[in-house]
Amino acid sequence: MSDLPATQSTGQSMVALGELKQFVSIMIGKQLFGIPVLQVHDILGPQRITRIPLSPKEVAGSLNLRGRIVTAINIRSRLNMPPYEGDHEGMSVVVEDQGELYSLMVDSVGEVLSLDEAMFEQHPATLDGNIREVSTGIYRLDKSLLVVFDVRSLLRFQGEEAA
Amino acid sequence: MDELLSEFLTETSENVSELDVELVQLEQNPNDQALLGNIFRLVHTIKGTCGFLGLPRLEAVAHASENVLGKIRDGSLEVSADAITLILESFDRIKWLLSSLEENEVEPEGDDQDLIDRLNLVAEGGTLDGGTAPADVAEPEPEPAEEPVALRPGEVSMEELERAFMEAPGPDDMPSDEPEAEAAEEAQAEEAVEPAPAPPEPKKEVAVSAPKDVAKQPDQDKQVRESAVANQTIRVNVDLLENLMTMVSELVLTRNQLMQISRNEKDSEFTVPLQRLSQVTSELQEGVMKTRMQPIGNAWSKLPRLVRDLSIDLSKKIDLQMLGADTELDRQVLELIKDPLTHMVRNSADHGIEDGPSRLAAGKSETGTVTLNAYHEGGHIIIEIKDDGKGLDPEKIKAKAVANGLVAESEADSLSEQQIQQFIFRAGFSTAAEVTSVSGRGVGMDVVRTNIEKIGGTIELKSVFGKGSTFIIKIPLTLAIVSALIVEAGGERFAIPQLSVVELVRASNNSEHKIEEVHGTPVLRLRNRLLPLVSLRRLLRLGDDEEETPTETFIVVLQIGTYSVGIMVDRVFDTEEIVVKPVAPILRNITLFSGNTILGDGSVIMILDPNGIAAASGELKMVDEEGQDTARHLTHRSDVSSLLLFRASGHSPKAVPLALVARLEEIDLTTVEYSEGRPLVQYRGQLMPLVAMDDDIKLETEGRQPVLVFTDNERSMGLIVDQIVDIVEDRINIEVRPDAPWLMGSAVIAGKATEVIDAGFYLTQAYGDWFGSADADSQEPTEPRRVLLVDDSAFFRNLIKPLLSVAGYDVTTVDHAEAALELCESGAEFDAIISDIEMPGIDGFELTRRLREIARWEDTPIIALSSHTGPRDLDRGREVGFTDYIAKLDRDALLETLAQTIDA
Repeated sequence: MSDLPATQSTGQSMVALGELKQFVSIMIGKQLFGIPVLQVHDILGPQRITRIPLSPKEVAGSLNLRGRIVTAINIRSRLNMPPYEGDHEGMSVVVEDQGELYSLMVDSVGEVLSLDEAMFEQHPATLDGNIREVSTGIYRLDKSLLVVFDVRSLLRFQGEEAA
Repeated sequence: MDELLSEFLTETSENVSELDVELVQLEQNPNDQALLGNIFRLVHTIKGTCGFLGLPRLEAVAHASENVLGKIRDGSLEVSADAITLILESFDRIKWLLSSLEENEVEPEGDDQDLIDRLNLVAEGGTLDGGTAPADVAEPEPEPAEEPVALRPGEVSMEELERAFMEAPGPDDMPSDEPEAEAAEEAQAEEAVEPAPAPPEPKKEVAVSAPKDVAKQPDQDKQVRESAVANQTIRVNVDLLENLMTMVSELVLTRNQLMQISRNEKDSEFTVPLQRLSQVTSELQEGVMKTRMQPIGNAWSKLPRLVRDLSIDLSKKIDLQMLGADTELDRQVLELIKDPLTHMVRNSADHGIEDGPSRLAAGKSETGTVTLNAYHEGGHIIIEIKDDGKGLDPEKIKAKAVANGLVAESEADSLSEQQIQQFIFRAGFSTAAEVTSVSGRGVGMDVVRTNIEKIGGTIELKSVFGKGSTFIIKIPLTLAIVSALIVEAGGERFAIPQLSVVELVRASNNSEHKIEEVHGTPVLRLRNRLLPLVSLRRLLRLGDDEEETPTETFIVVLQIGTYSVGIMVDRVFDTEEIVVKPVAPILRNITLFSGNTILGDGSVIMILDPNGIAAASGELKMVDEEGQDTARHLTHRSDVSSLLLFRASGHSPKAVPLALVARLEEIDLTTVEYSEGRPLVQYRGQLMPLVAMDDDIKLETEGRQPVLVFTDNERSMGLIVDQIVDIVEDRINIEVRPDAPWLMGSAVIAGKATEVIDAGFYLTQAYGDWFGSADADSQEPTEPRRVLLVDDSAFFRNLIKPLLSVAGYDVTTVDHAEAALELCESGAEFDAIISDIEMPGIDGFELTRRLREIARWEDTPIIALSSHTGPRDLDRGREVGFTDYIAKLDRDALLETLAQTIDA
């Protein structure tokens, strides 16, 4: 991550707490991401996934979550990242969008973070388009930066690879 | 009971009960305007509905009480106990009337003048005789004794008669004729029994004696009847039912899962309770399904009116018959088929049924019949829409299909009649010659088909030209749960709706059924028919290049409309009841899947859409790209010619179309004679001139010389060559245009640049010099015959033109049909036209068809030249108006035919 541009909005120090928002933290590669906790339905370990032939490359398949059919989305494919090559099996965050459940397959899921609004910032102009497209902005954490996913746009990839 | 009436009864009973409560509240809070407004509205509704349904007695009572309520609302009348009592009494009367209506489906005889009078009195601000009214109210139902009856037994009131009349012709356009018919019958019966016209007076009289029929009814009895319909029917929100259905579906799934587990564990103590659970679940499922069931007659309710209006609009006599109107199906399905059905009936009446004179001329009865028939068949509902009209004209459809570019002309010929009829299901297809107000707007059967397929149904068409058409719609009873066959391909499992599965075939190399290949396309011989096969693995792109044929393949034979296809799968499991769930929005564009579901073992499985498979596997073959490729391939094939390769004068190989060459000979050079310095040889009892490729070539005097013999009628010519190299099949694509007159050009043939010689040039040499003039004298009149040659291939133009020129014709060539049409329309004169069949844009058939429409070209000989000369092509050619049909390169036939047809 390159140096952040202008910090005009950050005159407030960390002491002055703004509104707190909670995010489920996610690791993909070396980058930390977050999904608003209110949108998260479930966190799943490895699942048996049914492949769906002819589906877009981002769709890993579908799975049965307590009687509901959930479409599994491979976030790495979605972000045009190389496949995961870690030694442990990935995890999934189940989110709901317009009444449908989607399971977002990520490398690992961390704890829920309460973040101060004041730490939120727009994308740097130089941010990679893949990520810019699916996120709302960035939180400056002490040791790292957390990219906030916009679930709706994350799930909008129709037509790109539509069979 | 009539649907509308029973709905009315339910609704009104509810309303009246509500009114009872509210009126009492009003009495306690006389100033509650909202309450009053609501009461007024409810009464008004009842009045309005009664009027609509033709129930004058109810209407009159409701109207009178509405009057009173109106006064109260206006403030011109105080809310008094008397007034409320009287209104309550009128409600009781309404209830009683309703119960009677429920029992007999007609209002009871008698009138309520007494009650109405009293209501009117109150409305006008008068007071009642306080004694009687409250006493009446004490009784919940009207006192039989005070039932106002103005008639003596055996008499009919005017009102009654009027009502009978109103009901008889059916003032409302009700779906089924039955209630109307009944009413009419009843009315007639009444009239028959009691023919005496009613005395006009009785209304003013006050009740004298109670009529027996009313008086006899015990109170208890009334109470029971009052509630019969209302209490047996409750109004439930559809959402609630849907929700219930979903829950039951889930329950079924869970049951299936449990069953699966228990199957693996024999002798478990759970077995027995599980069976019980299973049974209860099934019954529950059935019960819940029933709540959603409605008779199909509901969807037909508008049709009699529609057909009646149509028959008037179109001046046809049409009889609509509806059978099996009480066949029940899921209301969701019902909603979805309503419009398609209406559309199809309209189609049948408009396009199907001919007008009276045509019908009589065709030997049919003047009145056309459209029959709707619905019945259950193995978990499905079959709906037939049949008309005895003119049927579908396959030729018309074919022409239209070709005109719309749905099918290539050449392919259209090879289609069966049934396949041709399928075109009416294509988008934008209407055979109606003109657009009527009714139909023929080009949206139609494709929408019908889409709608029906959307609900997992199929539509089939059977039509006999001149006899009528039958559409057969097969739809599942319900959408929620379907029976599906579970199969496996490429390691994944899929569900195929049982509805489309006709049979399963096991094919292996050593069994009776063996998969064979036609040019790489697998097919199966099944009961003397070839069944096209599709590999599911390939269709879904699951195969990882493992193209080795397994020793054993299972074939699921699907029937989709009239199209049958075999799906090759790796394994077949059992059938399962599955709950179809829609796929996620991002997957909706994959047409091969209609949904997904969770199986008994908890795994998610995709449900294949048979219609999607049909489309993907190339129904009617030219739908998809694959089909187009095939078509393109075919046209390429037709360009392929057999070429004779040889060497003569020079190094580059030379070629001539083999078809032009009559024989290959080796002549003994010692037999060559000379006449006027030109070599001749005696050949088959005639003198054959020998022409060298090059004048410089001097023939040897000994040895043998290969010669290509070209013949034309009786005459032959030998072309001297050095060596005959080969015969190859290749496409001629002349790339380099030559200067030499004997050369047509150069082309790459068999990988080498080859000079394609112009045989015509040598023919001219031989005939022009030797026989030409003599021939011309004997054959041709002074004016040369003009011939138009239409061919997109430069090769053939160049080949044929000299041929014809030599034969004495004045030849004009054009390279496409549009140019030919232009010429013909602009007044050019030709004695004959020779046209290729396959051409880009307008093809030969179309060109001829169009030319034949122009009076001037009606009788001009048009000769088709084509590489396709099957009997079918010949027939087709004659149909569109070709004078003759000649194989390309059959030079003799061409010249002969040309001479014959021009002189004919």
